[in-house]
Amino acid sequence: MVCPLTKRAGSRQDAGWACILRALPVLASLARWLSISWVPLVVLLSASASAAEPIRLWHAYRGAEEVALHEVLAAADVGPVETLAIPYDAFGSKLAAAIPLGEGPHLYIDSHERLGDYLRRRIVAPVGDALPPGLFDDVVRQAVERDGVALAVPLSRKSVALYVNTDLVSEVPATLEGILALAPTLPEGVYPYAYEVKKAYAHAPLLHAFGGRMLTDDDGFGFVGPPAEASLRFALDLVERDLVPPDADGGLVTNLFKSGKAAFAASGPWLAADLDARVRYRVVPLPVLEATGQPLRPFLTVEAVMLSPHGAQRADVRALARHLASAEAAVIRQQRARTVTARTDVPAPPDDPLLDAFAEQARRAIPMPSSPAMRAVWEPADRAIGKVLRGQATPAQALAEAEHRFDDVRRPPPPPASPWPMIVILGGLSLWGALVLVQRAGRPELRERLRRSLPAYRYIAHAVIAVGVLVILPLVVGAATSLFAGPAGEIEYVGLANFVEILTARGGPLLATGSFYTVLAVTLLWTVVNVAFHLGLGLSLGLLLSRPLLRLRAVYRVLLIIPWAVPSYVTALAWKGMFDQQYGAITGIILALNDALGLSMEPIAWFSSFSTAFTANAATNIWLGFPFMMVVTIGALTSVPKDVLEAAEVDGATRWQRLTRVVLPMIRPTMMPSITLGAIWTFNMFNVVFLVSGGDPDGSTDILVSEAYRWAFTREAQYGYAAAYAVLIFLMLMFTTRLLERTRGRWDRGGRGGDA
Amino acid sequence: MDRAPRLVERIAVHAVLVVAVAFALYPVLWVVATAFSGTLTPEPRALPVPEQPTLAHLDAVVLSERVRSDGTTVWLFGQQMFNSLVVSVATATVGVAIAIPTAYALARFSFLGKASGVRALLATQMFPAVASAIPLYLILDALELLNSRTGLVLCYASTSVPFAIFQLRAAFEAIPVDLEEAAMVDGATRFQAFVRVVLPVARPAIAVTALFAFMSAYNEFILAATLLDDEAMFTLPVMLQRFIGEYDAQWDKFAAGALVVSLPVMLLFYLVQRHLVAGLSSGGVKG
Repeated sequence: MVCPLTKRAGSRQDAGWACILRALPVLASLARWLSISWVPLVVLLSASASAAEPIRLWHAYRGAEEVALHEVLAAADVGPVETLAIPYDAFGSKLAAAIPLGEGPHLYIDSHERLGDYLRRRIVAPVGDALPPGLFDDVVRQAVERDGVALAVPLSRKSVALYVNTDLVSEVPATLEGILALAPTLPEGVYPYAYEVKKAYAHAPLLHAFGGRMLTDDDGFGFVGPPAEASLRFALDLVERDLVPPDADGGLVTNLFKSGKAAFAASGPWLAADLDARVRYRVVPLPVLEATGQPLRPFLTVEAVMLSPHGAQRADVRALARHLASAEAAVIRQQRARTVTARTDVPAPPDDPLLDAFAEQARRAIPMPSSPAMRAVWEPADRAIGKVLRGQATPAQALAEAEHRFDDVRRPPPPPASPWPMIVILGGLSLWGALVLVQRAGRPELRERLRRSLPAYRYIAHAVIAVGVLVILPLVVGAATSLFAGPAGEIEYVGLANFVEILTARGGPLLATGSFYTVLAVTLLWTVVNVAFHLGLGLSLGLLLSRPLLRLRAVYRVLLIIPWAVPSYVTALAWKGMFDQQYGAITGIILALNDALGLSMEPIAWFSSFSTAFTANAATNIWLGFPFMMVVTIGALTSVPKDVLEAAEVDGATRWQRLTRVVLPMIRPTMMPSITLGAIWTFNMFNVVFLVSGGDPDGSTDILVSEAYRWAFTREAQYGYAAAYAVLIFLMLMFTTRLLERTRGRWDRGGRGGDA
Repeated sequence: MDRAPRLVERIAVHAVLVVAVAFALYPVLWVVATAFSGTLTPEPRALPVPEQPTLAHLDAVVLSERVRSDGTTVWLFGQQMFNSLVVSVATATVGVAIAIPTAYALARFSFLGKASGVRALLATQMFPAVASAIPLYLILDALELLNSRTGLVLCYASTSVPFAIFQLRAAFEAIPVDLEEAAMVDGATRFQAFVRVVLPVARPAIAVTALFAFMSAYNEFILAATLLDDEAMFTLPVMLQRFIGEYDAQWDKFAAGALVVSLPVMLLFYLVQRHLVAGLSSGGVKG
């Protein structure tokens, strides 16, 4: 009896046990792959290896802050330090991927509000002696603690404050109402106050002034009740009286202030870096709300150094963290990057009123809760505010709905299930499959077919390996995640419970907003509309460009593929800007047409209703996708043989007939794969839907893949649930393509059939 | 041969094409306007004309240098452009090299497992990439290919292979078998017929497929940001994304960067499209 794993012979019993023992390391490493939270083993393994490695520091700084960091590091005395600057968008996921495997940084700089999430994922460790005692006030100290344990070393405090355009305003009123009352004294088209009305983060100062909060102490949805409703009514009033821009994002607030179209603006230190001599300004803390006598208090973010588990074990890493938080470092940051220090013993320099103002504001700001529950607050809160400001719900209704959504996202995952049923089923299926294979292998015709297939296998071998390992394997592992549930760091096996939850619309009505079936319907509509236009536009242009005697053909071709050549995230955002109701180019065109043709068309509020938001998304995606179809058509047309067309002409066919009866059917087989793939890609087109409408209004334009993304990244990192969505998407696409193949097979009878 | 189209028809065709070009260019012109404007006052405008034209944003993107922790300076943009080009060209080469023989086998041979193989390939396109980033990270870690351009190229190439196979297979299927059979009658082996006869005829399709693979690698951001740990290896999209911070986004620099990033692709397309002979190809078999 030979143990298959080790090829050693022995008695049956011996071989069995020895086999299992020797297989353990292999199984252990397999288990490591499958469980992202296998930290103890990893820390053990890496602690021995990392003794003399250079220290790795990751951050998301740019510009002056990065310069300041390098200067601070140059003065450190801990040996070689490798820094890595990462785009903010990729920062969190990079940390989460690398640290559990023992890779990644020893320390990293991030905002304190992530600590709850990072602790749960075990990618941050207690700082121990890296935190100098007695240098931070209670607010800052508590911001970096979870359960009484300090998890980060504070560096700086950040919040928004009030920018004042001193060209337009000579005296700064003490209250918000006073500021708004200045409106009649301002020039035409200038807003008294600019802030991001629709964002919960920017609405928070108002909420705090009314005595409300976003998250309750026991991690419940705080944005409900009389204070919250009052704050929403106040904001609605501001929008209705045209005292604030109705739908500004950070960029627009910056732009309005820069171009003198806003007398006051709520913004952070970054705005100062962007202003030049054209605008004279001051910064003061946010004003007091006269209605309640309370100040507007923004959220405070404490930027801090965090240690990864393997970093926290090294004394030199902790020493570096201490150095980064030292007084000298704080002074450097103050001078180079104008950031407000978190230490109590470093005064703001007297010659920098900007820094002084932000420091003053930081003292009055409220630290952002670091509980993981906070992450789940933003989406429902943003949606509630949007609904109220669009006039589609009363504050009470919108907030009740938001609370309901929050509770739904936060509800406990399905109970852990035993993996045995699944193991038994999979084991049974593999056994049955193996038996069938063995049976088939026994038959001589199969061996013959196999022998005849060998030459072909030489052609496909490397593709099989490459695609198998780097494409199919990750997908299988990703799909396997759908059998687990729970937020990152606390994943449990739950069997098919995720699928059940999705397919039963989480217990709510089957066609409610955000239910699987509604989103599926939207996705189907999305796919059909886009593919129709892609094909129509691409085919027509491809045909035109393939005309034999076309002048400037090359020029046209290059210009027409530009939508495809420019990165899609840039152009999607450009389209989004064009669709802005107030300042976008489409509105500009409408107004220009009004002037030129004497019409009086209204600018369209593109993202306030489903049909217009859907159209906006579709227009962007059609623009992005038609060049591909056009190129495929051109390629397909090169393979149409001349003699067939000549024969048709000789037979008396008109141009149109030659087109529809000869050319189109001939290019169809060549184009079908591209059309199928184009349809599949459209079904899964995440960029456009996320960047242009962002699901507005109220999540109605989300398609399946953007819903899945939200479950993975916005709503408490429920990767298992998102993976279940992905598996369902996959199953549906498989089902649809098989269905199409069968129907096409029936039409295509007699021609070259498919391979199905 | 058709008689030359009438003047009215020619004008109509050009009119349609010009309208299409305007549609294609309009949003991009806004990106250009953003990239070259000193300030873009918020106003609804129909024409994307740069306001207070300036090259400052372009400067900030292209000429920026970085001081490394050891004190040396490096031309960041040049380095990342180089990385992007190397990775994308390698992806196109490797991807197409892997796909060509497979597509040929699918077009010409029938073998055991063909149908399921095709279905599996199609299936890979149906899975949204949401779920693959972390498993890929784990796999590359196990293969010790993390933080290397090789690892990145392998990922990109493998991801582009299924689509490339479909494209090339359709192209090969459109080439009549008679061409290879004629060559084999003349004494060539199947493989020689494949290389000497089929590949040259399929050159347009191969060029287009290589371009697709190049572009998918060139514009990709999330895998590059996750799998690379060394700034010296970051690609251009990663650099671009750094202009979008947590609270503030520098759209003007982002736009300038995006334009520069697009130039190689447009140049490449211009070069490749000469292979797309838009005449009608004639058959290669007499009689």
